[in-house]
Amino acid sequence: MLLSGNEAIARGAVEAGVRFAAAYPGTPSTEILETIAARTQIPCQWSPNEKVALEVAFGAALGGARALASMKHVGLNVAADPLMTLSYTGVNGGLVIVSADDPGMHSSQNEQDNRHYARFAKVPLLEPADSQECKDFLLQAFALSEEFDTPVLLRTTTRISHGKSLVALGEPVSLEPRDFVRDPAKYVMIPAHARRRHALVEERLLRLRDLANVARLNRVELGDNKLGVIASGTAYQYVKEACPDASVLKLGMPYPFPDRLVRDFAGSVERLVVVEELDPFLEDHVRALGIECAGKERFSLLGELDPASVAAGCSGRERAPAPKPPEDLPLRPPVLCPGCPHRGVFHVLRKLKVIATGDIGCYTLSVLPPLQTMDTCVCMGASIGAAHGLERALGDASRVVGVIGDSTFVHGGIAPLLDIAYNKGTSTVIILDNRTTAMTGHQDHPATGRTARGEETFRLDLAALCRALGVEDVRVADPYDLEAFEEHAKTALANRAPSVIIADRPCVLLDRSSWAGAFTVEEELCTACQRCFQLGCPAITLGAEGPKGRRKARIVAELCTGCGLCAQVCPAQAIKPPSGDAS
Amino acid sequence: MSKPTNIMLVGVGGQGIVLSGEVLAHVLVAAGHDVKKSEIHGMAQRGGTVRSDVRFGAQVHSPTIPPGAADILVAFEQLEALRHLPEVSRGGLVIASTERIVPTTAHTGPHPYPDRVMARIREAGLPLHEVDAPALAIKAGNPRTAGTCLLAALSWHLDIPEDVCGRSLREAFPKKILDVNLRAFDLARSATRP
Repeated sequence: MLLSGNEAIARGAVEAGVRFAAAYPGTPSTEILETIAARTQIPCQWSPNEKVALEVAFGAALGGARALASMKHVGLNVAADPLMTLSYTGVNGGLVIVSADDPGMHSSQNEQDNRHYARFAKVPLLEPADSQECKDFLLQAFALSEEFDTPVLLRTTTRISHGKSLVALGEPVSLEPRDFVRDPAKYVMIPAHARRRHALVEERLLRLRDLANVARLNRVELGDNKLGVIASGTAYQYVKEACPDASVLKLGMPYPFPDRLVRDFAGSVERLVVVEELDPFLEDHVRALGIECAGKERFSLLGELDPASVAAGCSGRERAPAPKPPEDLPLRPPVLCPGCPHRGVFHVLRKLKVIATGDIGCYTLSVLPPLQTMDTCVCMGASIGAAHGLERALGDASRVVGVIGDSTFVHGGIAPLLDIAYNKGTSTVIILDNRTTAMTGHQDHPATGRTARGEETFRLDLAALCRALGVEDVRVADPYDLEAFEEHAKTALANRAPSVIIADRPCVLLDRSSWAGAFTVEEELCTACQRCFQLGCPAITLGAEGPKGRRKARIVAELCTGCGLCAQVCPAQAIKPPSGDAS
Repeated sequence: MSKPTNIMLVGVGGQGIVLSGEVLAHVLVAAGHDVKKSEIHGMAQRGGTVRSDVRFGAQVHSPTIPPGAADILVAFEQLEALRHLPEVSRGGLVIASTERIVPTTAHTGPHPYPDRVMARIREAGLPLHEVDAPALAIKAGNPRTAGTCLLAALSWHLDIPEDVCGRSLREAFPKKILDVNLRAFDLARSATRP
């Protein structure tokens, strides 16, 4: 069966007898929980953020269930707080954390290497190299978690998570039921208890290292002894393709680092090369053993590897220049969709010339031309904290706006908004409430009122929440109405008190039946001023030739959703709503 | 060991490239190959360039096609065909739809949408199989079957027994869109006979 790594992990959850799974959506990890929700009976949930997901999963493990928490790499930063101490408490039912890293930053704000977290938290690390291993390693991770009483980190990367390969399915394991066992010395981490637990963590690491030296997760594939390569994860696949004759030590369990195994392997080959994406995690361990090897001096610290760069690095030859596309082609960066409700907000903010501190979501695309209205993007919730800090530095909040999506606000924006109100800030925050987690493919969250399986549930009232946090000036405005939205923005910015504008309009992709029909450009009226082009709408394209050789606008009917923004910015009233619509 | 065959599907987010790659991979598995497939989800799909790598053979290691090693480039859109041309290996083949989707950067940025795309591909010395996928798809009854029309053109270049192809296509498409896609495949297969 052809499965993506994420689908294989979901299948592994079934076979491992997982009884609870929690996550917050994040590329490339999202499909793990989506698949569990859609194709299994395992109780599962989207949590407001990764920290909560891990804490709930811990509680489930404490209650004897095998529990899974999955997240993207930066999500583990949010969940790092519980992780560090869960290493001390250990588990009852198995607890596995999946961290899906994103070398190359296909959809991320950084490319941190989360293998470091295994060492940092002193927990075992498993790294699958294809979908079959994603499934199989998850089962092994749960077995390890229970045998060694530790959370286990399973780390994938984009190519493993989203790559598809063949998987042979297995049968679900049968497990002895476990009950909650009261044990304050193990689970209540007051200093006196934690000191004793830390000693156990160090002792556990030594036992895990002994295991890593003999476990089948780590294997030697003997080839020619002239070249020996140590690799894990997707880098292993590149090595097998680029150097089919080399001897390879494949590390499925790279941490705790299997010292004896590596020493023996290094001794059996003439030349040793370590191949890994991002940081020299394995290489540093090899060198710490006093073993000579080649590594990051031949492979980039940046981005992804590929078979060609691995072939060049292993042979020591220069890599052939990568193929380059012709230079005279227009780029095709990702853009806000036609009818995207974010577009109106950024059009207004550009007009008002404010500093817009941004956040994580589709709306980050507003940094690109022609909107170019985003001044920061760091991590979830940072838009609001940064707006407050800018106000402190500039002494003036009337030109600063924090912009954050609904899902992102629930994830990390609540505490910083409280911070503004509590510390007498006057900043303005715009919550782009498109009623979904759009960027990762439309997942629900507490403010949509639906669960991960689409069941109705309590719906968080964002306006009431903002008021409860101490923001009295809360406005709800339609970003399709540019004039009204601009008025709201001006008033909120001028207000010498904290304010929130909820830009209230569902993601245009959620419900196609809401599309109003295509607008059209009346060619005789169009003056070719091209002001509508400045909205960056993919439905507006070049039309007939106008004055001075400038091209008029034309609307691609198949793409237009009828949002009407272009008609509002057209100074010549040349853009008309679909016929039969008088508005 | 024989090298895997590399098929690169490229186009614009929203054109159904991921689904077409899925269908292709399913057919290749049914034909008894080891298959790996790789693409990027997330930001790349917001109307940006999308690329899906499908590799098959006796054993496939890397999920991505090495730079410049595509045996067949299947382009759902002309500009993307031209952009990915350098990824095609010498002796490779280009199957390109006549579809044109103009990015906003073509009228706000320095480079207009190129003309003579098909001619430029031919000038690069690569065999080109031009497919009027949009017209075929409309003829089949749904413009969204253009990807399936391209797969039909591709099928002439893959050695897959007809019964395996038919059976696995039936399994690969979601039920709701099965009939129209089978119609598109049959129609396009006869229309694209080399």
